[in-house]
Amino acid sequence: MEIKLPANPMTRRWLGLAPSVIIIFVFMVLPILLLAVYSFKPADSYGGVEPGFSLDAWTQLFFDRDLDDTLIFDPVYLQIIWRSIVLAAIGTTLSFLVGFPVAWYIVQQKKETRDILLLLVTIPFWTNLLVRAYSWILILGKNGMIEQPLLALGIIDDSLELMYGNLAISVGLVYSYIPLMILPIYASLEKLDFGLIEAGHDLYADRFTVIRQIVIPLCAPGIVAGCILVFVLSLGDFISPSVLGGGKKMMLSNLIQFQFSSARNWPFGGALTMLLLILVGIGSWFYIKASRKVEAMEK
Amino acid sequence: MASNIGRASSDTNKGKIPWLKLWACIFFVYLYGPIAVLIGFSFNDNRIAQVWTEFSTKWYTKAFSNEAIQNAIINSLIVASVATVASTLFATMAALVLSKGKFRGQNISLGIISLPLLVPEIATAVATLSFFAAINLPLGLSSIIIAHIVFCIPFAFMPIRARLAGMDDTLQEAGRDLYANDIQVLWYVILPQLKPGIFAGAILAFIISIDDFIISLMVAGAGATTLPLYIYGMIRLGVSPEINAVSTVLFLISLTLVGIYWFISKQNEGTSYAH
Repeated sequence: MEIKLPANPMTRRWLGLAPSVIIIFVFMVLPILLLAVYSFKPADSYGGVEPGFSLDAWTQLFFDRDLDDTLIFDPVYLQIIWRSIVLAAIGTTLSFLVGFPVAWYIVQQKKETRDILLLLVTIPFWTNLLVRAYSWILILGKNGMIEQPLLALGIIDDSLELMYGNLAISVGLVYSYIPLMILPIYASLEKLDFGLIEAGHDLYADRFTVIRQIVIPLCAPGIVAGCILVFVLSLGDFISPSVLGGGKKMMLSNLIQFQFSSARNWPFGGALTMLLLILVGIGSWFYIKASRKVEAMEK
Repeated sequence: MASNIGRASSDTNKGKIPWLKLWACIFFVYLYGPIAVLIGFSFNDNRIAQVWTEFSTKWYTKAFSNEAIQNAIINSLIVASVATVASTLFATMAALVLSKGKFRGQNISLGIISLPLLVPEIATAVATLSFFAAINLPLGLSSIIIAHIVFCIPFAFMPIRARLAGMDDTLQEAGRDLYANDIQVLWYVILPQLKPGIFAGAILAFIISIDDFIISLMVAGAGATTLPLYIYGMIRLGVSPEINAVSTVLFLISLTLVGIYWFISKQNEGTSYAH
């Protein structure tokens, strides 16, 4: 053995950490900072930015510049941001309503069954989001699996137009991120002391009272963690609105992508990205607080 | 322990809520139904993708003899392989350091390594694009590879770190008592024990890379189309049996890899050292 590790533990540490930390710092932290700077620059109409300082990108969020250079309040972008928040909230609520009973069911199974069901919940998360969103076109689309039988039976005689709207986007969001709702809720339900539920039943509480007053408060950190994960990911989701929304109903990430492609307004795209990062940052902060509580429960 | 005792008695309550079982069944049908429909229609003879006529594998033959699809597959494999090897190597080095003792800068390093998990993909995508433009890096396979290494590192890192956390120091001490130097301890004691974790990390990195769409969309130049980018291009033209066939293949690749990952982590559980 000719090679030797450096004797100094500090040198050794930095050698080990350097590749990962430097790569992520240079190709992720710096670019985000650069984008923040770009949001205060004038736009170059060929893409990129021009030197100088400008607040145009940020005012564009709220105002439209008229021909005579006066600013007119224009909510078109705020509407897209608001729609993203509303759709993410709908997706999160539906995921919770669908996912909570599933987590509750899984936790009551035997160890082997639980492992298999958890694997089944996890698999979709690791498979291609694009393919999964596309598969819904076959279900919801014109002459899809839902319309075909209804048309054949004569219940409807025209397309239901299920695709390319808020409904399809919400379905896509739930489908994409529901594993991330179920897994944290499952994790906190697993820690639950089932003796407390027995106690509730012994005191003649009915099933819903038990769930509402014992189960939900005790696994609140898991629920909060799941809701934030789904909300944050839905808010930044690009695939559901562009595949199932048909690109007509934009969400924040489509608007951002549009600024860097066809619209060629990088400063405005930068400002929108900063806004998204701020929203996600707030969400992550709450997430970390919630997951600390889950950890505290484990102890 | 209390919860285990509680669970045993709660089993007696199980029968009381039959709707719960029904709900779970419906959920799993919902989760896998659309994929099943996709796979089913990929074997449909009819040109109109959603009208079943008869079983056929012709769309697979057709899709895979398409040169553009072949190139997209090759590109995806090149990117995923390079990104997996690089990110797994870097993540292993970082995990080895971060799991030993406490030192200044540990938390911030951990924070930076986890960052790609927190930042929304679209933000990473456009920031990376701006950065590449600023440093005049031409867009192509190499720009995709760099971007992929960045977000693969935390995914490779997680299972390796988990494996290290479950490892026992006794064997390393035994090695040192037998006058093995640090390199020998690393090579003959730590790495063999760590192998399942490294392998699991590499699989996660590969899955994440081969499935990536948004970041690749922004940093791929002309001619550097990966498979998800090609599928996206086809979807924009509408439903077609070729998309069904190619999507099925991509789905099965991920499924196989997740299966292997699951198998490894099951074994890890079996051999990990109890604390």
